[in-house]
Amino acid sequence: MTQTRILSREQSTTGTASSLAQPRIMDDLDQLEAQSIFILREAYRKLKPLSLLWSLGKDSNVMVWLARKAFMGRVPFPVMHVDTEKKFPEMYAFRDEYTKKWDLDLLLGYCPPVEEIDPSLPPAARSAARKTAGLAAMIDKHKLRGVIAGIRRDEQATRAKERVFSPRGAGHRWDVRNQPPEFWDQYATPYEDGMHIRVHPLLSWREIDIWRYIEREGIPLVDLYFAKDGKRYRSLGDQDITNPIESNASTVAEVIAELETSRTSERAGRAMDHESEDVFERLRVAGYL
Amino acid sequence: MGDNIVTESFSETHRAAATPIVIVGHVDHGKSSLIGRLLYDTDSLQDGKLAQIVESSRKRGLAVEWSFLLDSLQIERDQGVTVDSTRIPFRLGSREFVIVDAPGHRQFLRNMITGAADAEAAVLVVDAKEGAQEQTRRHAMLLRLIGIRHVIVLLNKSDLLEFDEAKIVKVESDVRQLLGRLEIEVEAVVPASARDGDNIASRSERSLWYKGPTLVEALANVPPPASRAALPFRMPVQDVYRFDGIRYVAGRIERGTVRAGDRLSIGAQGQVATVAEVCRWHAPELPVAGAGESIALRLEPDLVPDRGDLLFPADDKAAAPERSARIRTRLFWLRGEPLRVGESFTLRLTTAEHDVTVASIDAVVDLEDLTLREGDSVPPDGFAEITLAASHAVLFDPFSPGFGDGRGVLVDRYQRIVGGAPLIGPAELADGEHAIHPTASRVSAARQVQARGHKSGVFWLTGLPGSGKSTVARAAELALSEQAVNATVLDGDTLRAGLCSDLGFSPEDRHENIRRAAHVAKILAESGQVVIVALVSPLQSDRAQARQIVGENFHEVFVDTPLETCEKRDPKGLYAAARSGKIPEFTGISAPYEAPVSPELRLPADRPEQEAINTLTAFILRIVQP
Repeated sequence: MTQTRILSREQSTTGTASSLAQPRIMDDLDQLEAQSIFILREAYRKLKPLSLLWSLGKDSNVMVWLARKAFMGRVPFPVMHVDTEKKFPEMYAFRDEYTKKWDLDLLLGYCPPVEEIDPSLPPAARSAARKTAGLAAMIDKHKLRGVIAGIRRDEQATRAKERVFSPRGAGHRWDVRNQPPEFWDQYATPYEDGMHIRVHPLLSWREIDIWRYIEREGIPLVDLYFAKDGKRYRSLGDQDITNPIESNASTVAEVIAELETSRTSERAGRAMDHESEDVFERLRVAGYL
Repeated sequence: MGDNIVTESFSETHRAAATPIVIVGHVDHGKSSLIGRLLYDTDSLQDGKLAQIVESSRKRGLAVEWSFLLDSLQIERDQGVTVDSTRIPFRLGSREFVIVDAPGHRQFLRNMITGAADAEAAVLVVDAKEGAQEQTRRHAMLLRLIGIRHVIVLLNKSDLLEFDEAKIVKVESDVRQLLGRLEIEVEAVVPASARDGDNIASRSERSLWYKGPTLVEALANVPPPASRAALPFRMPVQDVYRFDGIRYVAGRIERGTVRAGDRLSIGAQGQVATVAEVCRWHAPELPVAGAGESIALRLEPDLVPDRGDLLFPADDKAAAPERSARIRTRLFWLRGEPLRVGESFTLRLTTAEHDVTVASIDAVVDLEDLTLREGDSVPPDGFAEITLAASHAVLFDPFSPGFGDGRGVLVDRYQRIVGGAPLIGPAELADGEHAIHPTASRVSAARQVQARGHKSGVFWLTGLPGSGKSTVARAAELALSEQAVNATVLDGDTLRAGLCSDLGFSPEDRHENIRRAAHVAKILAESGQVVIVALVSPLQSDRAQARQIVGENFHEVFVDTPLETCEKRDPKGLYAAARSGKIPEFTGISAPYEAPVSPELRLPADRPEQEAINTLTAFILRIVQP
């Protein structure tokens, strides 16, 4: 009913012939998409050099897709894969296939051996911290001012505190208690030597929005997300610290149906999140995604 | 555009975006508890969350605390306050909401704005027993300035008034009066208890006299956002791309609708072009786009607009935006130091950036009673009406709640957001008023650092006459130059020989002398220079003013030489002259010297002079070296 009312008001106030095409009424995915495109265009305009973190997971594939939406079918900056060398073989195959298909300029980085990482961290978190070190090295090497990352507020409580443009000080540290104000789509771009900005175009998306968008747009995914022998991965990390969940969802539509009734959190399969109450925040302050 | 376009799924039933609601109110009036209760009552908790809360509460030796649900960061839980805003989705029937939790501590105002600015509706939580408090007024003011149209008041902890009708009606009338002053229309005032669940999701047995909606009913009644598609077209240019030989003018439509064939005016220069194509990638091909869409346009002729240029209908004068170089705005001020007339900023208006100067502070909001009064500065976290002067005409639409237009944001030279400035309208120049248009440097602080190899700073040396300020300053200047740091010394006698030769030593003239020195120091520092000021500057109030003029680059250094030592040294013979009455109002003898309470550096007199020079030089280097 609301829709009809809005349409008729448009027609009466513009006073134009009803034969004129009317804009589509935007649904929730259209609105999320438009906002993400706006954010990606801001990042491309304001932060150079800029790169997009392509972890090969569903969220970062959606992000690459949104970048192609923003820039008329291409990604005008490099995408970056920080390789732990412990990913699933399916993921490496996917990377090679779509780097070509999507004509991506791929930057590859590698993570230091785990022996070089803070031994006071619990084992899985220590493994995750390797990624942080690998990422930091890439940011320094390519002198990046902007890094686009696919984190979402609904994934993890600490990520809910994030800004869309999140400044990282020297040493890539996140000062969670002293974040700049951010409102009315105005993003702070402070700059001092050694700083960079993490850009989060998916911050307002929820897991189910991601899946519905994947379904609507037909975005390809690594097939580990789909059930085989009663198990599938809901979130993809390193092989040794990610566990599959019990599921029979073997298509995008079935995953959506499963999520609509699920009440457990997405990162339940990530070992590091369960090691201690503050481990995720410690990792994030130091630069983890 | 090689990929196949999926069209079938677009015909699905329309799914509306979640309605963002913000929960605000004074600290301890029960915001977090309310959210916890809402999530519990509407069955929106993920499995395991409730167990987590119970566990967290138990570990800290407390009864079940709903607010722990939100205090997801360790640091917050240990301090017992919510630091930043978080977003929590919940559902009422088929409608989805996102709760934005905003903190009550005043130093966290900027976090609250970050959370609240996009909300469609607000719940203002007021402790029924305490009534409206300072942050209640502050948050209400902010709701008005950021343009939230639907406000629901929750009189929490009504059980403390035994849900007594007479008492609650009294509180309700006070709160309504307060919000009425801000021209905020209240949707409902709900007597409730978040802890016990009264009138949250279910009607309370304890307030049978109350006929209004429960909180959940009031939320469900919030209408969906009004359509912006019927208004005159506005698209600020976000960027211009050239891919495969085609030029795309990219942007998000703020209002109205655009169709292929429309004639558009471009920015303040008034060039006109026709829309040749509305471009999207991997979407249904439509020759039309409406408010909220991020699109790209091809223009004919193929003009190259600048980022920030506003595109609007070319052939309808009535549909044109306002145009003025002087704009009245409401302001919420987020910087740690007060705002004063004459300060320069960048005004960001969607994607446009304009150099502006604060031409006047027209009124400051008194947060005790929300009245406007005169004032010459806006305090941190304060509200005011100010006039901004730009160096050229600005195209804009005045701010109105629910629209993206007219939402100005002030940004300093470090690209930090220091205030929000919803635009009211063009400002007339008063009769006989001088139109001052100070200009701001376009060289960024970062570029200056790059060019000079060091940061700037003002080092303000205060101390008794003869304490050695000038000597130490000049020696440090020399030592710094050996480190390739450019420093300038502004010392009292040198200033008085030229710039301030019209001034004497009366309190007014001394004050003026310091004011001028501070402004010169500020100009030099803004050009990237290191400035060492050596002035007796005996009064705390004068030094505080200098600090305000200079801003955060100001560093106070106390040359702490005792009176006896200064008088013994007496290099200029001034103490002797003062003692014999030849110099009236001589600081230390016949005029007061107020020593700094907490200087950033103290140079004690009981050390060799060279040590003071080294200490000062090292202190300056530590601050200015990048």
